[in-house]
Amino acid sequence: MSQDTLFDKVWDLHKVASLPGGSDQIFVGLHLIHEVTSPQAFGALKDKNLKIKFPNRTVATVDHIVPTDNQSRPFKDNLAEQMISTLEENCLKHKIRFFNIGSGNQGIVHVVAPELGLTQPGMTIACGDSHTSTHGAFGSIAFGIGTSQVRDVLATQTIAMNKLKVRQIWCENQLSNGVYAKDLVLHIINKLGVKAGVGFAYEFAGPAINSLSMEERMTICNMSIEGGARCGYINPDEKTFNYLKNRLCTPKDKNWDQAVKWWQSLKSDENSIYDDLIKLDASKVEPTITWGITPGQSISINQKIPLLESLSTNDKLIAEEAYEYMCFKPGQSIKDTPVEVCFIGSCTNGRISDLRVAAKVLKDKKVSNNVKAFVVPGSEKVANEAKKEGLDKIFKDSGFEWREPGCSMCLAMNSDKLIGNQVSASSSNRNFKGRQGSPNGRTLLMSPAMVAAAAINGKVSDVREFIN
Amino acid sequence: MNSEFNPPIGEISYLKGKCISLIGDDIDTDRIIPARFLKCVNFDSLGKSVFEDDRKTLRGKHPFDLEENKGASILIVNSNFGCGSSREHAPQALLRWGIKAIIGESFADIFYSNCIAIGIPCFTLPQNSIKSIQKYSATKNLFLEIDLRKSFAKSKELSFNLHIKESSKNMFLSGEWDATSTLLANESLIEKKFKDLPYIKFNA
Repeated sequence: MSQDTLFDKVWDLHKVASLPGGSDQIFVGLHLIHEVTSPQAFGALKDKNLKIKFPNRTVATVDHIVPTDNQSRPFKDNLAEQMISTLEENCLKHKIRFFNIGSGNQGIVHVVAPELGLTQPGMTIACGDSHTSTHGAFGSIAFGIGTSQVRDVLATQTIAMNKLKVRQIWCENQLSNGVYAKDLVLHIINKLGVKAGVGFAYEFAGPAINSLSMEERMTICNMSIEGGARCGYINPDEKTFNYLKNRLCTPKDKNWDQAVKWWQSLKSDENSIYDDLIKLDASKVEPTITWGITPGQSISINQKIPLLESLSTNDKLIAEEAYEYMCFKPGQSIKDTPVEVCFIGSCTNGRISDLRVAAKVLKDKKVSNNVKAFVVPGSEKVANEAKKEGLDKIFKDSGFEWREPGCSMCLAMNSDKLIGNQVSASSSNRNFKGRQGSPNGRTLLMSPAMVAAAAINGKVSDVREFIN
Repeated sequence: MNSEFNPPIGEISYLKGKCISLIGDDIDTDRIIPARFLKCVNFDSLGKSVFEDDRKTLRGKHPFDLEENKGASILIVNSNFGCGSSREHAPQALLRWGIKAIIGESFADIFYSNCIAIGIPCFTLPQNSIKSIQKYSATKNLFLEIDLRKSFAKSKELSFNLHIKESSKNMFLSGEWDATSTLLANESLIEKKFKDLPYIKFNA
């Protein structure tokens, strides 16, 4: 059992009671909702004649179904229109703060909450979305929940949950030039496997993690779930506090000082006990790309797609499935694989720093004729900042389409989808079969800089050749 | 697929049904229910779309389409079943297809808690036991009776102990898997917690 880690401290602080069955009742400090996983929860409240316990601890935005081309209402897609209207009605009826399209603060829920300063150290944060782990970058304990639990949070501001074990992932040294947080997290998932995190919270620590910006830390924590860990976090530090200062929803004046004082007390003790410890050398990580159908099936740019005999017995079956689905031969290079669609965006890599890095690669370059490339800013704030910096122009001049904020082709609930068995170079988080909207579409996950490089060459490329 | 859907209610201590086996590790919730089916404001129509893309690809040969699996209610899976998205639509689609319990090597955390929250007990067994069950059910129908209190399953020819988290087992036996009322019972403690949390004050 872990002791005195940040996870233990935040868990204990939020524990309301031990439930008769043996799980804990945990208070949820911040509840985020969106249009896809909340309507049934509001429906259930109505059926059970229950009220919302603390409406001002829930905040809503709309992201999964929003079109990224034409956002005028009503949406062309009737079902999408029905979903956004339902959320609007529910928020209005229950007096829930809602950052709607055009508010200047709409966007992907895991981009919006941090940039508004809603996400803060020491909180428990829940949302009906598995990438809620993102918020752990601020030293909060954040996890995805299903719709029945959304109902429970609305009705009680608590959920029933078993305490997780804690694994520290210590990242030595520093990432090298042209290697990004996305590469590091893909590398971690590859080394540990996609199910190693089941039953665990991941604490990311060490010099390489400390050097990351807050946005890079979000990329790391975001993909904890792809390694099986429902929750991933990083101990807060001065970078965390500086990021949060003067955001719309952060404490002000005297309250700010009080908050920082409390936040500074929140971290894993030096002699805290972990259920497991893993060490890895961040300086050895190279630009990393997935070749298969799970986020753990990745290699670095100069490696070859693994041979069946090089894999463990347990990995063989899914590897065979992946070769077939992806139309890859074992032993083949990943470099120079032709790509047809390039997507920059998502809660993993749709923030301003991601757009800056990609734009730097794209400046004065052209997207290959064979590629459809588009960039979907993570939020209205990201889009506005990018425009202020002229990044939208760089993207457009290169041949990228500049779109409106949303989840878009990360999960393809709107009209942004792969067609047939197209290959996409994607800055998103999941390469599952059919994930990007076509039942036989193929996804290669990589960093936004690598997507930009792939877009220029029309094939998987080493971004270090562009920036060095 | 069951034509009439009766959701589970109250105490769950005994289950009986035909097994349906689905082979493969890391079967994610996008495969269980592709994202396009999430465009709905209730779960009612999800049962028929469970594994839609996998089923289309296999043209009638998918376990959920095979005649011999008709009416099955106990799903046998391998490891990390239900990984990926937190969509409760995945277990809701399985439930509406007719699945009442799942036995597997391991389950993704969010999928597992979603199953508990809607009344689908998930049991685990070691890899070799799952593989032998899958081997057995590949040639003949396997009907299981599950005694949740004893965590025990038996058929005419097989019997084995199942593993389930103690807290989940207790919730099924007491009916408290439908957690809202249990949580609400501690309303005064919830209110006290709300008042005591430091950040509630400085974010006021």
